Amino acid sequence: MNKQTPKERIRNFKEVAFGLSEEEALKEASRCLFCKKAKCSMSCPVEIDIPRFINAIKNKKFEEAIVIIKERNNLPGVCGRVCPQENQCEGACVLNAKKNPINIGGLERFAADWELRNSQSVNQAMNDERRPTAEESPEPLGFARDKLRRGANDVKVAVIGSGPSGLTCAGDLARMGYKVTVFEALHIAGGVLMYGIPEFRLPKEIVKKEVAYLASLGVEVKTNFIVGKTSLLKDIFDEGYKAVFAGTGAGLPSFMNILGENLNRVYSSNELLTRVNLMKAYLFPEYDTPINIGKRVAVVGGGNTAMDSARVSLRLGAEKVYIVYRRTEKEMPARKEEAENAKEEGIEFNMLTLPVRIIGDEKGFVKAMECIKMELGEPDESGRRRPVPVEGSEFTMDVDTVIVAVGQSPNPVFLKATPELKLNKWSKIIIDLETQATNIKGVYAGGDATEGDDTVIAAMGAGKRAAKAINKYLSNEK
Amino acid sequence: MFKIHSNEKIAPAIFKMVIEAPLVAAKARPGQFVMIRIDEFGERIPLTIADIDGKNVTIVYQTAGVTTYKMTEKKIGEFISDIVGPLGHATDTKKIGTVCCVGGGVGIAELYPVAKAYKNAGNNLIIIIGARNKELLIFKKELEGLGAQLLIVTDDGSLGEKGFVSDILKRLIDSGNKIDLVYAVGPGIMMEVVSNLTKSYGIKTLVSLNTVLVDGTGMCGSCRIQVGSETKFACVDGPEFDGHMVNFKELKARQNLFKEQEKHACKIRGILQ
Repeated sequence: MNKQTPKERIRNFKEVAFGLSEEEALKEASRCLFCKKAKCSMSCPVEIDIPRFINAIKNKKFEEAIVIIKERNNLPGVCGRVCPQENQCEGACVLNAKKNPINIGGLERFAADWELRNSQSVNQAMNDERRPTAEESPEPLGFARDKLRRGANDVKVAVIGSGPSGLTCAGDLARMGYKVTVFEALHIAGGVLMYGIPEFRLPKEIVKKEVAYLASLGVEVKTNFIVGKTSLLKDIFDEGYKAVFAGTGAGLPSFMNILGENLNRVYSSNELLTRVNLMKAYLFPEYDTPINIGKRVAVVGGGNTAMDSARVSLRLGAEKVYIVYRRTEKEMPARKEEAENAKEEGIEFNMLTLPVRIIGDEKGFVKAMECIKMELGEPDESGRRRPVPVEGSEFTMDVDTVIVAVGQSPNPVFLKATPELKLNKWSKIIIDLETQATNIKGVYAGGDATEGDDTVIAAMGAGKRAAKAINKYLSNEK
Repeated sequence: MFKIHSNEKIAPAIFKMVIEAPLVAAKARPGQFVMIRIDEFGERIPLTIADIDGKNVTIVYQTAGVTTYKMTEKKIGEFISDIVGPLGHATDTKKIGTVCCVGGGVGIAELYPVAKAYKNAGNNLIIIIGARNKELLIFKKELEGLGAQLLIVTDDGSLGEKGFVSDILKRLIDSGNKIDLVYAVGPGIMMEVVSNLTKSYGIKTLVSLNTVLVDGTGMCGSCRIQVGSETKFACVDGPEFDGHMVNFKELKARQNLFKEQEKHACKIRGILQ
């Protein structure tokens, strides 16, 4: 796929990867073998009928292609961009034998972007703050064919959190005819898609349009509403909601618990990304929210969030950015593509390195970070070789900013306010893996607030399973 | 969108705004705060709830950066984009005995609902408030209305005694007043001096911290602060902490993180700080 050159893109926040042109999409689609037993579809967490939508693209039926995708996926523009396709659909493509799998993500994005440019319903919903009624809202593309039964019943379902799991669950329930309200703590819907993933990987306009699409299905989003503070779970049921899906997300950043971690210019990746993505600090002072990044930045961690933080720092004007990770590149949880992008942009990878303390100046700002070299020992419980410190290998990195991207635990606000909800020892909501049901009757959960995989698409898969289970539960309750 | 019912200057650079926010008003308890975002461009800023009246929430703010400056230009009947809350833990205002509430500067507005709740719970209430001068002393009338002993102090002696709130508190303790709890809210340095003083007398002290926040729900960690041997998040663990455990040096340093940026933004917009 074509991308902005590294030299160009490190100076802007525009999307790095250009989408496929119509010509490229047609060419790519025509390579598909349309396998009868489509391994790609089987490897998709939301089971999109991939050969069928690729065939539609091949025949230039772009509207049909997006309708096929939307049978299973409410957020195609997001997934086409941020899914780890190499581990899923593309990883399963039989053309891997020739080392040239179909660019399924690119084709999905092509179909989604085509619709976002051409859909009247989405464009209207974007400009309409109210929830459109069934009469005045033009039907989303393929509405009738998709057997949507909006308004088919009056049963109210509440979804807490408007991230990928919540939006997916809400969309599926709305299609089944439920009256769905999504409660969002922040001032805008999208959750991690808005605050976490940077503009250059996932333009916020895409997220807004996908949320607008859900609004056109009848989903109501209440922003500035924190379940656990503004209302309690009990209040939600008292107001007549018959079932609840909690997609409250990961949201409590972990720190390393080393000396100097509260110095100025030590940020959690969450804070950096929230300031920049959600609050648009990269447009400061046009936007009021500031960020204070120095010239030399160390990002601690090896996941996608670490890569995002490093690339954001670069675009904010840092001269030198390091990734500091205690294992080797092979063990890094980040998508390979993201690590490659980061490297291309000139980010230096310091592997087998563990921060020991952060050193500050007299005003309380970072001036250096002391680290120790590691080596890989025996495998640990995760199956990866455990890093162990090399005695006497301490050294100091000359940095003035440290971003801590070592993971996070579930957001505590809803969980603390709902003590009857059963959690595991990492404070994640315990769920039935088939139905996403929690220990509380009528309450389901998914995404980063629960156990399991932490990708956007995995969260969406959980939202889908929950919607199905909620429908079954409510059908039995009647 | 949330309607503004009033927005008046109550002291130099200090304003009181009343916003219609029924959901927040219904749940708010003393000691809690809200996050507001004035418009598309605005920063999310934390403000302690100074009062609740039916559907309305009163906040008091001091102009410090571009967002708070823009707030001053809002007129009655206009709207702010976002207000969310109530956030943080509410103050545990049960009956303890004698409670001394100490407020400084704009913190006096935050002190008001807490002092009122301590009084209503049946405590013997003493209030000490201080400001740089007479003009900057806010909420005097409201606090007088609580019917508690109210002691006023200014740096220049233009109202009440000349000196600092900690001087008055020390004299109260030394003259034999048995105080069971001190509750302090104000500038970092004031809470630090009060906490150091009460520590030497062994009087339990709560402080309400005004850290930098972004989301207010535990997500960013911007508000983190060392309390005892642990790092706490002021938004979800606080905003009140044991004053004898708070690392005030860190608190004061962290409040300066964005000072340069704020100055820059004000300067290019021609806002005088």
